[in-house]
Amino acid sequence: MKFGIVKIAICCFVFILGGCQREHRDIQPSPTRLAIYGDAARESPLRPGGPVQPQAVVANPYNGSAYDISEGQRLFNWYNCSGCHANGGGGIGPPLIKKEWIYGGEPANLFDTIVKGRPNGMPSWGGRIPEYQIWQIVAFIRSLNGEQPKSATASRQDTLQPNPQNLMSERGGGGATK
Amino acid sequence: MNPAQGPIFNTEEHAQELTILERVWRHPRGIFGWLSFTTHQAIGMRYIVTAFIFLLAGGIEALLMRTQLAFPNNTFLGPDRYNEIFTTHGTTMMFLFAVPVMEGMAVYLVPLMLGTRNVAFPRLNAFGYWMYLGGCLFLYWGVFTNTAPDIGWFAYPPLSGPEFSPGKRPDFWAQMITFTEVSAMCVAAEIIATIFKMRAPGMSLNRIPMYCWSMLVQSFMVIFAMPAIMIASSMLLSDRTVSTHFVNPAEGGDPLMFQHVFWFFGHPEVYIIFIPALGMVSSIVISSSRRQVFGYTAIVLSLIATGFIGFGLWVHHMFATGLPQIGEAYFTAASMMIAITSGVQIFCWIATLWTGRLRMTAAMYFVFGFIAIFVLGGLTGVVLASVPLDLQVHDTYFVVAHFHYVLIGGALFPLFGAFHHWFPKMTGQMIDEKLGKITFWILFMGFNLTFFPMHILGLKGMPRRVYTYPPDMGWAAASGLATVGAFVIAIGGLLFIANVLWSRKHGKLAGNNPWDADSLEWAAASPPKNYNFAYLPAVTSRYPLWVAPEDQVIVTGLRNDRREVLVTTLMDAEPHHRYVLPPPSIWPFLTAVAVTIGFAGSVFNAWYITWGSILSGICFIGWFWPRRPVELEP
Amino acid sequence: MTAEPMKPATLVSTILLLVLNGCAGHQQSAVDAAGPQAGRIETLFWFFLAILGAVFIIVMAAAAWTLTKRHRGIEQEPLERTHLPPPQTETRLTRVVTIATIATVVILFVLLVSSIVTGKGMAEFANSKNPMVIEVTGWQWWWQVRYQNSDPQQVLDTANEIHIPVGRPVMIRGTSQDVIHSFWVPNLHGKRDLIPSRITTEWIEADHPGVFRGQCAEFCGLQHAHMSVWVVAEPGDKFQAWFNSQLQPAPAPTDPVLQRGQQVFLNYACVYCHTIRGTTAAGQNGPDLTHFGTRQGLAANTLPNSMGNLGGWIVNPQSVKPGNHMATIAVNPDDLQPLLQYLQSLK
Repeated sequence: MKFGIVKIAICCFVFILGGCQREHRDIQPSPTRLAIYGDAARESPLRPGGPVQPQAVVANPYNGSAYDISEGQRLFNWYNCSGCHANGGGGIGPPLIKKEWIYGGEPANLFDTIVKGRPNGMPSWGGRIPEYQIWQIVAFIRSLNGEQPKSATASRQDTLQPNPQNLMSERGGGGATK
Repeated sequence: MNPAQGPIFNTEEHAQELTILERVWRHPRGIFGWLSFTTHQAIGMRYIVTAFIFLLAGGIEALLMRTQLAFPNNTFLGPDRYNEIFTTHGTTMMFLFAVPVMEGMAVYLVPLMLGTRNVAFPRLNAFGYWMYLGGCLFLYWGVFTNTAPDIGWFAYPPLSGPEFSPGKRPDFWAQMITFTEVSAMCVAAEIIATIFKMRAPGMSLNRIPMYCWSMLVQSFMVIFAMPAIMIASSMLLSDRTVSTHFVNPAEGGDPLMFQHVFWFFGHPEVYIIFIPALGMVSSIVISSSRRQVFGYTAIVLSLIATGFIGFGLWVHHMFATGLPQIGEAYFTAASMMIAITSGVQIFCWIATLWTGRLRMTAAMYFVFGFIAIFVLGGLTGVVLASVPLDLQVHDTYFVVAHFHYVLIGGALFPLFGAFHHWFPKMTGQMIDEKLGKITFWILFMGFNLTFFPMHILGLKGMPRRVYTYPPDMGWAAASGLATVGAFVIAIGGLLFIANVLWSRKHGKLAGNNPWDADSLEWAAASPPKNYNFAYLPAVTSRYPLWVAPEDQVIVTGLRNDRREVLVTTLMDAEPHHRYVLPPPSIWPFLTAVAVTIGFAGSVFNAWYITWGSILSGICFIGWFWPRRPVELEP
Repeated sequence: MTAEPMKPATLVSTILLLVLNGCAGHQQSAVDAAGPQAGRIETLFWFFLAILGAVFIIVMAAAAWTLTKRHRGIEQEPLERTHLPPPQTETRLTRVVTIATIATVVILFVLLVSSIVTGKGMAEFANSKNPMVIEVTGWQWWWQVRYQNSDPQQVLDTANEIHIPVGRPVMIRGTSQDVIHSFWVPNLHGKRDLIPSRITTEWIEADHPGVFRGQCAEFCGLQHAHMSVWVVAEPGDKFQAWFNSQLQPAPAPTDPVLQRGQQVFLNYACVYCHTIRGTTAAGQNGPDLTHFGTRQGLAANTLPNSMGNLGGWIVNPQSVKPGNHMATIAVNPDDLQPLLQYLQSLK
């Protein structure tokens, strides 16, 4: 009986932890965490001035968080990432659904790529948009590749027209007079 | 008069009969035995106790909300937490408290009132309870893992859809519905079969106790309304988990369709909750005014009419979405018609009380409270039925006030009355009447203090479901008052619990019929034996304990060495055949566990549907494996 | 110890409260009509309240009468063995209950007819000539507003604040960008849901100048509580002046501080979401800011529009309105002041 209670307690605890990250909603991201980036990841181990110091792995604070993945998806469109990368399939820019990444596909690499920009068209977003949003976009891009828990990823989008007022009338097309 | 009295009962033979009955209907022992109970008193009591625990949970959530809303711009709860709590409050109160507690009362009382030994399908009954418990645990697992739904108890898409509600929160809501609806359907089937086929001989349809009539109507409403919500929640769930497009307008789905299907259930749901309460009021009124109810036929016809009309007015929840004029007129008229059927019942009760010999028990206090609150709530309901007025007060605190008046006034007050009325029957002890009356006054005043100001808040433009409000809107005073009232209600609730606990310990012994009431449950022992009646009674009137021949007729020829009951005909309750109820079994519990695994897991992974189905299939084989009826060794 | 005598007193005090409330002139009140639509509803409401109030008092009196001494004093006297009063009592009761039921039906019929007549009267607005068409789109959690016109030069985009001329019918055509919202300005009319993929319409008119508050009435997520709109009713000429000035693009700043502010706006992420006509900022995801300085509120009227509030909002929008879609941008402290001044200068 006693053992049973302990077991149940452990199970409950595991369940609680399981829900934590998925449902975490940082709806008041702290402004103090902003703009500390730069060396989240390195492109190359080759550095002038001797061997590399072992570096702490930078983890995405929003990894596995459903809310932030969804925010990342919204921002992906709002900041017009989709303009070049389409919905991840690529267009003007490279696809984002892939295994082989030019500049690395780990969260820290993606973060670095977004912050610094890359040659041939990828603009630098560092200093323009806040760090937490970059991490949200990274979390979303990782979800495109199945690198996020399935339970935290939306099954689909309610794809609507970009501006619903097109549905009502074109600009100036309304019949009413003033 | 009382079938448990008379010279025959002093013989040796009688004592022997009782021993046999005791042994046949004995509960199995041990943990597994406890999980296998199938007697209706045990299951009914489990429903009631569980539902009460969730009433407390819902009440705590209400207090948290009222604390947040006590002052403008309060930061006690953030928007995220507030949305979770108000959704959980509504969901808990509707699905985990109000409907199950009414079902529990019915499971407990209906067989007693009909003069039979158990419900028609005892194992289904046990299964229904375990499914309900599964739903409770499932939702509150979500609550404690920050996965409480935050979309309102109505879960309108697209807000509840995959895009705007990431994570698993709405899935917990939608799947919890499935649990509780399975449970509600089980009970509904149960109650209908019991009332139609297991009445005491002579209890023709026009002699059924009023409470059983109300449960019959309610059960039919469950059977027609609940599938709608299952469809709605399943559409939402499959949209969210397997990318269907039922409610996605971009792919030809329609969010308004969800609203229609939801409210086709949602409005009858209100009647599902308060029609049983009307039956309870009738029982209390009859026994406390000590006269036959005035207008039996009128009340029964009103109940049935409510059951039908209740399905024709769901659109008044959607007037703001825009309707053509003719549709508006139709749904306004239908919504107002409900007031007629409710009015007839109120008039008949008042007439009964007028000409009766009123005994002011605590239960009767709650009935008077019910009349006051419910009539006011019904009248504001007429306001909501009118399209122009509804456009103003819809989704404001006026509506919050209205439905708390009809649901707390119309269902909770009668329920508290019923607890005070049937407490002696359920426990064998009297509940403290004086404390009961004090409880009533505290609840009544706290209730009006909380919800009356909300009418004014609504007219002053305060929308529902806001987690805070600006200070310069003139809402702070009424809102603060409502918060004070909420805590007064909480005191009343605690007082009731204290009264129950105290009376369990120190209450006077009740005897079989402390109220000198009329219906058959008062002929059974208090608390009832597992077999309810040593000899099944036959009845000759609507009020078998009041109007009965000198020589009470009882049913003979049933075997006592197995769980045998008498099945009677639908209309006139003439004895038809004997029917052996199955013995206790662990399989309903195991099946419920298997189904729970399937339901709960499928929120995360669709494959759980398969695993759950296989497991439930195995359990069903075990459940339905043919066996001989268990008979007692001679 | 009777509950019932208290009831009429409660009701009377309520009515008084409501009346007082009606006189107080609240900006978001269903019983302080400022236009014919809300006026019709208000009249209907008082009519309902009078009739239903009377019904309530009568029913309560009837219920309370059962508690009078006449009934309780003879408590001990048993009824007949059948627990049934004499037949003549029953006949009398039948008559009373029948009359009460018929009265219920008649009253409800009167209320039904009055409700339908009011509804018809309100619907007649759809025939009005020369209406103004305003398109309102709900977003999480603000209002996009477009004054529609057959002449494209006369189409005006703005947000969170609607100006209407007094005495002229206005047709609100609504839809939603994301989830279901509900447009509701109680002093002018009841609510109308804004539903994605659908268009709903509502007719409003103001019969006197004033500023009226509206608020989203359909639960729409985290910041449902902070989604309000101002409707400013002005005399025709004043409205026309406002309209013409709003149609102009934002003036190019001449002051060096303001010029700096404009550069700050264009360099930071502001431009991804906001439009300022006359500049390169043409974002479509947030409110149009072309004439931001003329607006009364910010963050969908969560805060009054002032330099201090605006600074707080830009530096940390998530503390004012947690979960909203405005990004928390680390604006360089030197850049903040010019940015604020520039935004406030957009008159």
